[in-house]
This record gives sequence, C-alpha cells and structure tokens, in this order.
Amino acid sequence: MKNKKIGTQTVRLSKPVIITGVGAVVGPKEGEGPLAGLFDKVAEDALYGEDSWEKAESKFVTEALQIAVEKSGRKMEDMDYILCGDLLNQCTGTTFGIKDFKVPYFGLFGACSTMGESMSLGAMLVDGDFANNVVVGASSHFCAAEKQFRFPLALGTQRPPSATWTVTGDGSAVLSKEGKGPVITEITTGKIIDMGVTDTMNMGAAMAPAAVNVLTAHFKDTGRQPSYYDVIATGDLGYIGKQLVIELMAKEGYEMGENFTDCGIEIFDKESQDTHAGGSGCACSAVTFTSYFYKKLMEGTIGRMLFIPTGALMSPTTSQQGSTIPGIAHGVVIESRTE
Amino acid sequence: MEETTQAKQAYDKMVKEASPDSPIVLNCIKAFVSGGIICVIGQLLRNYVERFSLGEDNTALLVSILLILASAILTGTGIYGKLGKYCGAGTIVPITGFANSVVSPAIEFKKEGLVFGMAAKMFLIAGPVIVYGTLTSMLVGIVYYFIG
Amino acid sequence: MELVKAFLVGGLICVVGQILIDKTKLMSGRILVLFVCLGCILGGLGIYDAIEQFGGAGATVPLTGFGYNLAKGVMEEVDTIGFLGIFTGGMKAAAGGITAAVVFAFLTALICNPKEK
Repeated sequence: MKNKKIGTQTVRLSKPVIITGVGAVVGPKEGEGPLAGLFDKVAEDALYGEDSWEKAESKFVTEALQIAVEKSGRKMEDMDYILCGDLLNQCTGTTFGIKDFKVPYFGLFGACSTMGESMSLGAMLVDGDFANNVVVGASSHFCAAEKQFRFPLALGTQRPPSATWTVTGDGSAVLSKEGKGPVITEITTGKIIDMGVTDTMNMGAAMAPAAVNVLTAHFKDTGRQPSYYDVIATGDLGYIGKQLVIELMAKEGYEMGENFTDCGIEIFDKESQDTHAGGSGCACSAVTFTSYFYKKLMEGTIGRMLFIPTGALMSPTTSQQGSTIPGIAHGVVIESRTE
Repeated sequence: MEETTQAKQAYDKMVKEASPDSPIVLNCIKAFVSGGIICVIGQLLRNYVERFSLGEDNTALLVSILLILASAILTGTGIYGKLGKYCGAGTIVPITGFANSVVSPAIEFKKEGLVFGMAAKMFLIAGPVIVYGTLTSMLVGIVYYFIG
Repeated sequence: MELVKAFLVGGLICVVGQILIDKTKLMSGRILVLFVCLGCILGGLGIYDAIEQFGGAGATVPLTGFGYNLAKGVMEEVDTIGFLGIFTGGMKAAAGGITAAVVFAFLTALICNPKEK
C-alpha cells in the first residue's frame, strides 16, 4: 500500500474528501457580529429555550448536526460516524446533543482545536475506506465556559485587554466520499507545544506557538510558502496571538501576508461588541468555517485554504496548580471544487 | 518551536510586548469614583441610621446589612456584574463586592441543586475571605492577649 | 464634609485594589482576602482607628473595614472574657455581615436565574 504520509507531520489523502454539507447555529451575540446573516440559525437568547447553559449547548450541537446532514442531502442513518467534541467537563455538551441520533460516535477533545481534529480524523476515516459519510463538529458556550473555567456570570470582574470571548454555538460538517462541495486534501497534525505561558487571560499567547508548529511543519512537508494559499485561517488566537504568529513565523523565515487571518478576529467586531482580544472556544473556528469560509469556498472566491484551529490544553485544576498552558493546533487543507 | 528555557524567556518577552497593558490610570479613576460613591452612600445611610440611637456598633452593622441587601438585589438583576466591568476594584473592594461574590455563585450554581449546588458553591469566592479573616483575627487576639 | 472624607478615603482604598489587580493580575477573590487581612492587622495595630476616625464610612464600607471589625471584636472580647475571646471575638463581630450575606444570597438565588452578559 502506498504511504500517504509526506514529511514529518502531514498526510495527503489519496482521494479528496468532500465537505457535502455544513451547519452553523450560534448565540445572539455571534448573530449580531460581522458574520450575521451567514449562519443557519441564530438563537434568540443564550439559554435557547433550555433551563441551563449546558443543556443549551447540547441543543446547539443537535441542531447544527441535523442541519449539516440535511444540507448534504443525506439522512442521519447514512452517517457512519460522528466525531465531535466540546469544552465542557467530559465532553458532555456533545454527548447530550447527539445521544438520540444513534450513530457510532468518537468523542474528541482538542480544546478549541476540536474542529480541526474532527475534520482531520473524519477525512482520514473516509479516505481509509472505513466510512462513506462522517459528521464532524465542535461546540462551545460562553456562559457554560465562564461557569466552568472562570467566574459566575454575575460576579463583577474586569476582563483584561488580552482576554478573549468564548463563542456560543456549534459548527458541524458532513464529510463524504461522493458528492459536491469543497474538498479536504491534506492534513497536518500539530504537536503539543508548551512555551511556558501561565496567564489564563491570554490564551492567544499560549496557543500561537502551536499554530507556528503546524505552519512550519506544513510548509516544510509540502515545500510550499504561505502565499500558496488564498487564505490561512487560525482558530481563535485573536489579535495578540495572530501578531505573535506573524513575529514567530518571521523568525522561522516565513512571511505571513494579507492572506493570514484568524477566526477569532472575523467573528466579532472588537469595538462595538467589546470582545477585547477576539473570539475563542471550540465554536469560534467551527462556526466561522461552516458559515463564512465554507460559503467562499463554494463560490470559489477562495481557491485554497489552510485552516488551523488552535487549542489551549488546560483545566482550572492544572492552572491552579501553577502548570503552564500547552497549546495544540490541527491543520487542514481545503480546496474549492466548483465544476 | 524549540522549548528551551532560552526560547521560553524570549517568547515571554515577545508576549509582553504584544499584549496591551490594562489602562491603569483610567481604571484607577473609575475605581476611585465608584468606590468613593459607594462609601458616600454608606455614610449617608449611617447618618440616617444614627438618628435611631442604636449605638455605634449596631449602626455600623445595620449599614452593612443594608449595603449587602442592595448588592444582592443588583447582583440578582445582573446589574452589579455589569457595573463591575466599568468600576473594577471600585465595586470589588467595598462590602457590596463581598456580597456580590457570595450571591453570584449562589445564583450560577442553583441548577446543580439547592444543597450541593447553590449552598455548597455560595462561598466559592468569599470562603477564603472568612477563613483568612478568622485566622488573622485569632492572630490579633493572641498577640493582644499576651502582649496588649 | 464627612461625605467628602468618606469619598476620598473609600475611593483611595479602592484605587489600591485597582493597582493590585492591574499590576499583579490578582483575581478579585485574592484582593478580598488581602484587604480583610490587611484591615484586621491594621486594626490590631491601632492604625485603622485613625483611618476610621477620619474617613467614617469611607473606612468601614471597604473590606478593610470588615477586617478592622474582626480585630476590634476580638480585642473587645479578650477584654471581657479573657483567653477564650480569641476564639469567639472575630466571628462574633463578623456574624451580622456573614448572616446577611447568606440570607440575601439564598433568597436572591431562589428568585433569580443566571443571566448572560
């Protein structure tokens, strides 16, 4: 059998895996942001008709998955696997969102990089002939994340300028062997990088080195330059993390140009929405990809894209114990197919 | 990315340069004004309560209770949390901030039940205040007993 | 005049807290702990009396005043009942405030639900 691995961290799929449908369901704040109008559904309030933030997150999961499957022109029974994850303890946001679908399920945790992780593994499953259709996705909820990782919402605290705002919502996609849509061609899987950052209010700084690991590995493995892509989009580095990536990449000898952006920057308006350093959370890259970037790939206004969701692998316990915040990133190459 | 101590130190420097500082002067002005206003409200309450000649300690206690009540109402309606964003330490340091730190987790964790949710989490933030306050008061008491 | 003094003293105590938050990245819970302990120690040393004399509510409303109250309580209790006052004085002085916080927190939590920001 031909080896699909190229270089050290990258694989090239033998046959492109098609993203046949996507679903993006978001909270009200995201629905008021710059990407308003591109989402499939916007909740009127963060509880979304449920009685807790956690249950609301599961509802976002359920609906985004259903929409993605529906838009792919398939049925839930056609799905061979679900690969999803979220930020809540033990990934319960996903569990309660998909338990009634009765589809074989792999639960994933890659913190905010989960969308990249699920797309990578899903594409490999399809390419490896283990599945014809796979649903992938990731979710997060601002209120549930604050409750778990930070403070009660009613506590009067000031968020420093480096803090990011967790995106509420779920972005899901159906990856198929046959059909129409943009295609996944290559995957560069990141290593855990720990540069000793301990500030939980500066996640962009903790994750930027992990994004650099994927970027440099990808360019070395493929022999390309950043300019090869129409868009390079990291997950939720925000303004500070993006700046750090540009500086770190310059040291590595790569110039990150105008084509480099970050989903955390795209999803909110920094000034009017008071989101400080940008958006974050699993849903940040997931909903930005499944709405904004997917649409551009469908239209063909983006030809080639390198999508790199980023995650901070920490828990409140490890942070209280003084541990650093290791970062992870997952690179996925997506190309437009408009024929 | 190499994870050497040198590289980490260099990165730490980069992070500090890339991360904007908190607007400390502006924050201090906001904290000064808002904290000052809360204290003026306390003083007005005290002047009012003094009319009833309850004695100095009881007057102070009643003022505290009234401020805690006000903070509980503002926290329950979500106003105190929003004030905190602008006022910073101005709404954290007064006794109303202490009350806010008791009321906010009580509300947030009520979904996990009235015993292990609301009641258990009520002193999530304020518990340490009582623990260390008690310890310090004992220390003061011991010193006062043997030396004072 | 006493209102102006309360404003100045209370405001300045909050500014100290703000500088600590911005410069040391201390979380609000730590600030509360620090201020109570500080007030208690200053109370024990007899320094906070002077601040309270000048600032009135400006000195008693911030959490340092809560700490001062603990110190005052424990010293008064040692004066009246002796050694055991070390154990009861602080908590006795804090009882009213803590009970009020518990009662109002309980009632508020029964009535109100968490709100998104």
